[in-house]
Amino acid sequence: MASQARQRRSAPQAPSAESGAVETAAESGPSAGDRDGQLRDFYRDMLLVRRFEERAARAYTEALVGGYCHLNLGEEAAVVGLMSALRPTDYLFTNYREHGYAIMRGIDPKRVMAELYGRVDGVSKGWGGSMHMFDVTHRLLGGYGIVGGQLPLATGAALAIDYRGGDDVVMCTLGDGTAAIGAFHESLNIAALWHLPVVFVIINNGLGMGTTVAKSSAEPDLYKRGAAYRMESARVDGFDPVAVRDAAAKAVESARAGHPYLLEVVTERLRGHSVVDPAKYRTAEEVERLAHEDPIQLFGAKLTANGVLDPDAIADIEKEVAGVVTAAADFAASSPQPDVSTLFDYTYATPVPNDSRRLPGEPLFEPLPFPGAAVAGASAGGNA
Amino acid sequence: MTIMTYRQALHDTLRAEMLRDESVLLLGEEIGVFEGSYKITAGLLKEFGEKRVRDTPIAEEGFAGAAIGAAMLGLRPVVEMMTINFSMLALDQIINHAAKIYGMFGGQASVPLVIRTPGGGGQQLGATHSQNIELFYAFVPGLKVVAPSNPADAKALLLAAIRDNDPVLFLENLALYNTKGEVPEGDEPAEIGRALVTRPGKDLTLIGYSRMAHVAAEVAASLAESDGLDIEVVDLRSLRPLDRETIVSSVKKTHAAVVVEDDWLTYGIGAEVAASISDGAFDYLDAPVRRVAMAEVPLPYSKPLETAALPSHDDVIAAIRQTLAAVGHRTARPLATAALGVPQS
Repeated sequence: MASQARQRRSAPQAPSAESGAVETAAESGPSAGDRDGQLRDFYRDMLLVRRFEERAARAYTEALVGGYCHLNLGEEAAVVGLMSALRPTDYLFTNYREHGYAIMRGIDPKRVMAELYGRVDGVSKGWGGSMHMFDVTHRLLGGYGIVGGQLPLATGAALAIDYRGGDDVVMCTLGDGTAAIGAFHESLNIAALWHLPVVFVIINNGLGMGTTVAKSSAEPDLYKRGAAYRMESARVDGFDPVAVRDAAAKAVESARAGHPYLLEVVTERLRGHSVVDPAKYRTAEEVERLAHEDPIQLFGAKLTANGVLDPDAIADIEKEVAGVVTAAADFAASSPQPDVSTLFDYTYATPVPNDSRRLPGEPLFEPLPFPGAAVAGASAGGNA
Repeated sequence: MTIMTYRQALHDTLRAEMLRDESVLLLGEEIGVFEGSYKITAGLLKEFGEKRVRDTPIAEEGFAGAAIGAAMLGLRPVVEMMTINFSMLALDQIINHAAKIYGMFGGQASVPLVIRTPGGGGQQLGATHSQNIELFYAFVPGLKVVAPSNPADAKALLLAAIRDNDPVLFLENLALYNTKGEVPEGDEPAEIGRALVTRPGKDLTLIGYSRMAHVAAEVAASLAESDGLDIEVVDLRSLRPLDRETIVSSVKKTHAAVVVEDDWLTYGIGAEVAASISDGAFDYLDAPVRRVAMAEVPLPYSKPLETAALPSHDDVIAAIRQTLAAVGHRTARPLATAALGVPQS
């Protein structure tokens, strides 16, 4: 099992015949200094996602966060690499495992944490929670809790861009399990037929809840599904943020030219499906392997070996990131709960008559005066 | 005023809105080259081109969702679902997404989307192609559901739906497409969320929507002629929001109500209307609220079986007579004799 999983990620990264050579970490940055700075930024961002998620898990166990809570632990390199390939004006649609994406789109971690806490300063004003982050300014268009729901929406956003002749791109991430759902196939087909500027990214962490890719996909090389729609596709090592960034940049460039793209990022989920899942379906060997396979440690070691980082620099980054996360948690805890008077504020964007604003215990109509009053003289209340 | 069919009113309104607003585009199966299964979009591909009149693959979830996503970025897509039965393939996108996006993200993005779709039986299309499942959508806050019964409302409600910033399920009906009526000039939209008293009366309130509002108007006219009955007709027009105020005000005046609907009775739209009357006009009622609805079977292909299952004019008339008999029994109001078939004056 362990060797299988390791092989999964380190399998030849190269792609289908139609997509050309494997992406490598070679060609970024104009100068060595810039490049080193970017590598340090990647490390810092990955660590921020890691520490943020650990803090979110703690807050969940402290009952400060409710509902479901799915973490990006193990997927930090994928998150950071993908988001660095987008322009600020590009759009992101993602699923319910999206805290890291929200932060890497540039949303203040304070507002992301406040959403987890369900507070008014949260990105979705406390209406969405962990699974439904949204920020129109940073063009994160959700955060969707229904598996596969974001794919048709992302396709439509790309349609709107194309309709208006814009040159922004939509990136749409999804899990490996989502490659089996109908919306995946309908969306890829439509995107390819209409030449829409959209990149579909499968975050293949090997598990849909507790079900392996091998058990859910007749073609476990998920990127190959692009061939059914004559869509260029590739697979990349999701533990290497630079490789992910480069592969994503190529995909985004293709989409911007009207050729939608399917990218598979092979990564690991270091913990359970959600905070409360002990992942008992994993073998002891797999658990042992994952204990020694951590994208942040691996990337940190690589940068240290290359002289880009040293222990002091790593300690400084840890300190800086810890401060950001603590500030986020403090901010979230002090942000107010939404007022019940706002309960009916977001049912409709265009107000219409007779929209119900009734709390559960309230009657539809004011009760008639009783007993005694003449029926004909009684007045009924509004349709409140 | 021009006399035209319900179909023509829809076509002309779509065309006018596309001319008025560049952000309006049409998506659906067979709406372009084939000109629509029911020819509502005839000629529009030729006039506006493939960019604005998009034939989609047979992928209801995919194209409904794409329309929602495009609406989130400010376009105003009008989707044609070939029949409401097929909209069930897109339930996840309509109910879990279109209806939720405005609220779930704290009002940051709205979904100005219209889904036009016909319901209705009576065409011998069998069990899967003859359903009236607008209730699925009317049940869900975040959606608006409108159901015009005549060409004038087809125009006014479609104008309102396209200009509204929320997702609107626009219910058409196979049996109404060829019906004719007067349609006003101009482009005055209706107000979504308002029922209309389409015929004032004092003896009984007859409530319906879509095809059954049309039937209700015909029944009321025929009973006025044959029995001298003065029946008030309420056309709901909007199923969500539901205009309970208009319903209850009418029943307070007439003291009796019959609800007519093409969907199934149990848990149907009529059940909600009857419950609303109980809430708002209980002490005014002189007889139980009666519902006339489709027989609770998968609709058969066989013509005599299908006809028996669908609510007819005679079914509505019988329910009215029985209700008025009950009123007479309780109140000795003179109209009861009329309702039992004795000519008045």
